[in-house]
Amino acid sequence: MASEIDQGAAQRGPTSVLLLVATRKGAWLYHGDATRQHWWVEGPHFLGHIINHLVLDPRDGRTLLAAAKTGHLGPTVFRSTDLGRSWQEAARPPAFAPAPEGQGGRSVDHTFWLTPGHADQPGVWYAGTSPQGLFRSEDGGVSWAPFSPINDDPQYRKWMGTVQDGTPDGPKLHSIIVDPRDAEHLYFAMSGGGVHESGDGGRSFAPLLSGIEVVEGFDGSDPTFHDPHCVRLCPTNPDRLYQQNHCGIYRLDRPSDTWQRIGRAMPAEVGDIGFPMVVHPRDANAVWVFPMDGTSVWPRTSPGGKPAVYGTRDGGESWQRLDAGLPAEQAWWTVKRQAMTADSADPVGLYFGTTSGELWMSGDEGRQWTCIAAHLPEIYAVEAAMGVEGAS
Amino acid sequence: MKVLIPSALRSYTEQAYAEAGGDTLAAVLAALDRSYPGIRFRMIDEQNRIRPHIRFFVDGEQVFDLARRLDGVQELVIVQALSGG
Repeated sequence: MASEIDQGAAQRGPTSVLLLVATRKGAWLYHGDATRQHWWVEGPHFLGHIINHLVLDPRDGRTLLAAAKTGHLGPTVFRSTDLGRSWQEAARPPAFAPAPEGQGGRSVDHTFWLTPGHADQPGVWYAGTSPQGLFRSEDGGVSWAPFSPINDDPQYRKWMGTVQDGTPDGPKLHSIIVDPRDAEHLYFAMSGGGVHESGDGGRSFAPLLSGIEVVEGFDGSDPTFHDPHCVRLCPTNPDRLYQQNHCGIYRLDRPSDTWQRIGRAMPAEVGDIGFPMVVHPRDANAVWVFPMDGTSVWPRTSPGGKPAVYGTRDGGESWQRLDAGLPAEQAWWTVKRQAMTADSADPVGLYFGTTSGELWMSGDEGRQWTCIAAHLPEIYAVEAAMGVEGAS
Repeated sequence: MKVLIPSALRSYTEQAYAEAGGDTLAAVLAALDRSYPGIRFRMIDEQNRIRPHIRFFVDGEQVFDLARRLDGVQELVIVQALSGG
């Protein structure tokens, strides 16, 4: 377990990697030194709050946004401009537009996903919610407004379905992606409703579904039946996207609009179902996934109780099992869609948090895994940040 | 009037009781939000619906309508029904 990793204040030193860990019961910050062998923990923040996402603004290296709610109170967003030393609540959290009199409007149950805006648009953030909605802030997360026409567009509302059509804790709008070359070029995904693209800064969106399979017996041309779990854009090749879907692992190379199912090359006994997807910061052919048991009633556990990361170095032509250091058997946890990430060091550090509250890392791109922390609440999201301003 | 704040919302008020005035439940909650920004949205959603698990009692009677007049009411009790794990 964590015996090889030092923890606690006695080991504090300069922070090289900062892990932002969001859980069902609060948030924790894990500081790693330059070796990534020594970690110290800061938290809990918001103990008892459900934190779906905790994200650092890469444009200033010190602003954190946390998507929060409790089991009994409405949702909100908290904001820190000093790396979590102090927090302020958003003045206007994401909320749908009031419905006309007599019509039942939607209300945000929770903000699920946070994405910082383009590097040239400091202060801009995007948020995805459950029920599915898209929101934007232009003041660093202080105030939020519905963004683009999709929230109230009849066609999009039909594709989104209702809470009845969503995942067990509600349908999610997630994987909001800003093209690093063009702030007007946006993608997002809906757990019920597929992947969508805008080339005009969000004034309009269109589905991007070709090549994606759906559950047998349903019409693949209808976005309603599409269930993307996680979509990632390659930093070194923004024309390439990867997608972990309910129905397989895919790659898309623009300008093509047809996804290729690269998960077919995964071992048949493991399959290509899962939730998270992580891309290498410098190699567009290298990605990692965390397969999950998606058979029968969808146990949502590691297949066979034997957790493993799978990685490819050739864009999905072949996959390697990466499980050294992970439990060899009787480990029935899995990893949620936001709970696996990479840093930008060389070699790349990989990190994931489990549904059983363990935080694992690999300092050598997945060859060897070590548990940094155990006994946390169920982990919902893990983000890694480097070059954090003022962290010590 | 005197407003009893449930423990889950005392991060806003930092005390068990707050003072807020208004002719209706909606007006009292609006006044409360002016004193403690953000507290109303944790109880009332953007469609002006009372969120699940939030209950309001005026002088001992449960109230479900934000437009309910509170003439002569001395105390509003806000209850957060705790459940689940």
